[in-house]
Amino acid sequence: MELKGQGAGYVTDLLEVLGDWIMEGIEEIGKVILLFFKALVWAFQPPFFLRNTIKQMLEVGVHSIPVVLITATFTGMVLALQTHTGFQRFNAESLVGTVVALSMTRELGPVLTGLIVAGRAGSAMAAELGTMRVTEQIDALYTLATNPIKYLVVPRLIAGLVMLPVMTVLSDIVGIYGGLFVSVTILDANRTVYLRRTWDYLTFNDIYSGLLKAAVFGLIISLIGCYKGFYTQGGAEGVGKATTGSVVISSMLILISDYFLTAILF
Amino acid sequence: MIKIVELKKSFRNNQVLQGVDLEIQEGESMVVIGGSGSGKSVLIKHIIGILRPDTGRIYVAGEDITQLNEQDLNSVRKKFGMLFQAAALFDSLSVWENVGFGLKQHTGLSDQEIREKAREKLAMVGLYDVEDLRPSELSGGMQKRVGLARAIALEPQILLYDEPTTGLDPINADMINNLIIGMREKLNVTSVAITHDMVSAYKIADRIAMLYKGKILQVGTPREIQNTDNPFVRQFISGSAVGPITEDLEKELMERSAK
Ligand SMILES: Nc1ncnc2c1ncn2[C@@H]1O[C@H](COP(=O)(O)OP(=O)(O)O)[C@@H](O)[C@H]1O
Ligand SMILES: [Mg+2]
Repeated sequence: MELKGQGAGYVTDLLEVLGDWIMEGIEEIGKVILLFFKALVWAFQPPFFLRNTIKQMLEVGVHSIPVVLITATFTGMVLALQTHTGFQRFNAESLVGTVVALSMTRELGPVLTGLIVAGRAGSAMAAELGTMRVTEQIDALYTLATNPIKYLVVPRLIAGLVMLPVMTVLSDIVGIYGGLFVSVTILDANRTVYLRRTWDYLTFNDIYSGLLKAAVFGLIISLIGCYKGFYTQGGAEGVGKATTGSVVISSMLILISDYFLTAILF
Repeated sequence: MIKIVELKKSFRNNQVLQGVDLEIQEGESMVVIGGSGSGKSVLIKHIIGILRPDTGRIYVAGEDITQLNEQDLNSVRKKFGMLFQAAALFDSLSVWENVGFGLKQHTGLSDQEIREKAREKLAMVGLYDVEDLRPSELSGGMQKRVGLARAIALEPQILLYDEPTTGLDPINADMINNLIIGMREKLNVTSVAITHDMVSAYKIADRIAMLYKGKILQVGTPREIQNTDNPFVRQFISGSAVGPITEDLEKELMERSAK
């Protein structure tokens, strides 16, 4: 097809913009991966900032645990309601407990926890490091002969990696009990039967695959939060952009990686 | 003590440093002057290895720091202390933890000993009983003093100052000038300051270098600079809106809007 005059101009403009986007995207992915490997190298070199790491674990937990617990409880409850409606149609109400337990441990526990932590702790990391960047506090760390990746990024990565599975366990438990509560009080299920159905069909693999997902999500959240903050540019406005950007990107990455992890771990 | 050779650095399409050559003697107080955005901060951040040059060499005490990895660079950085333009205090830490940060990282001192040292350094910059405050509770002038106390805590041989007087009222600015002079006398340090405050430059400098368009235009004693025949330097130090710098700027703006 021949393109003439203005039409051709638009097409080349479009291609140019598209090309820039792709190049920027690739550059950005490269920088994220580089930051991860730098952090990995520093993580194994003393001194270890134990106090910083514990502080970050508490931050991740404190920011998110109340929301995670409430969300997981209600998710377990609604799961029970919905499965009951469906399973009633072929007299399989007794399996509600199983479905709630599998859904929570394999899928909803880690994903919901991940999304909530991305919104709360991940954004807080981007905002804090971003502020430190634009106020030159990160440069100041260099001048004090302290590597900021080691001092700031490594503790946050460890906190994400450790705390997400911990919080996922909590959300699994409250989700299962939320389902139990609805089943027993509203749907007239038998408590003992419900719990037996939960434990009988739940395998170690269900829990393990959920926790592995959670660990990966935790790493993604911290890495993206730190990356966005660490490379913030452009003053207060830049910090704002980094913060929202970190939430959008890590939420997307959680959902995308969730699919692939499920496909691999099934 | 410090020797910069053919230093070049650009960010994307923005050529900031285009071949800077500058030598700073041991014990000397060098002041680099230049307009806002001329690359003064970029230059000083190269000296301590926060930024890496595109090309060029930087020797610190004879060692080329552009060739060092992060680990080795960290040991060179212990020779330096730096005061940032807006102090850059860690706002999650108290004043004494800020001042003692380097000590905590690089010495085996106990918290009690670090606190004591921090008190000492704070006294050197004229601050008393502020150890337990947060940086946000201090005025701009006090923050800079704390920043200076933090910079001298590890007893550096070289002190770097990024616009030490910018943003301060004239009285506070002059007190900072006096502190900078005092640091040299008491600690025997080499110092590099960047500024566009000519009052401060004349007061603290042994020699002044002017950075313009990514290069060092002239280096000389304050007296030599005051009597310069270079029209660019003369316009800058007199703070006049009329002169070759303005003409260059207008030409540039014209070219840019033509595109
Ligand atoms: N990290 C960076 N990334 C991109 N551009 C930068 C960076 N640091 C400085 N610059 C650019 O370099 C130029 C010089 O900046 P700077 O050294 O801060 O000027 P000043 O002389 O006022 O201290 C400016 O145009 C600035 O936008
Ligand atoms: Mg500057």
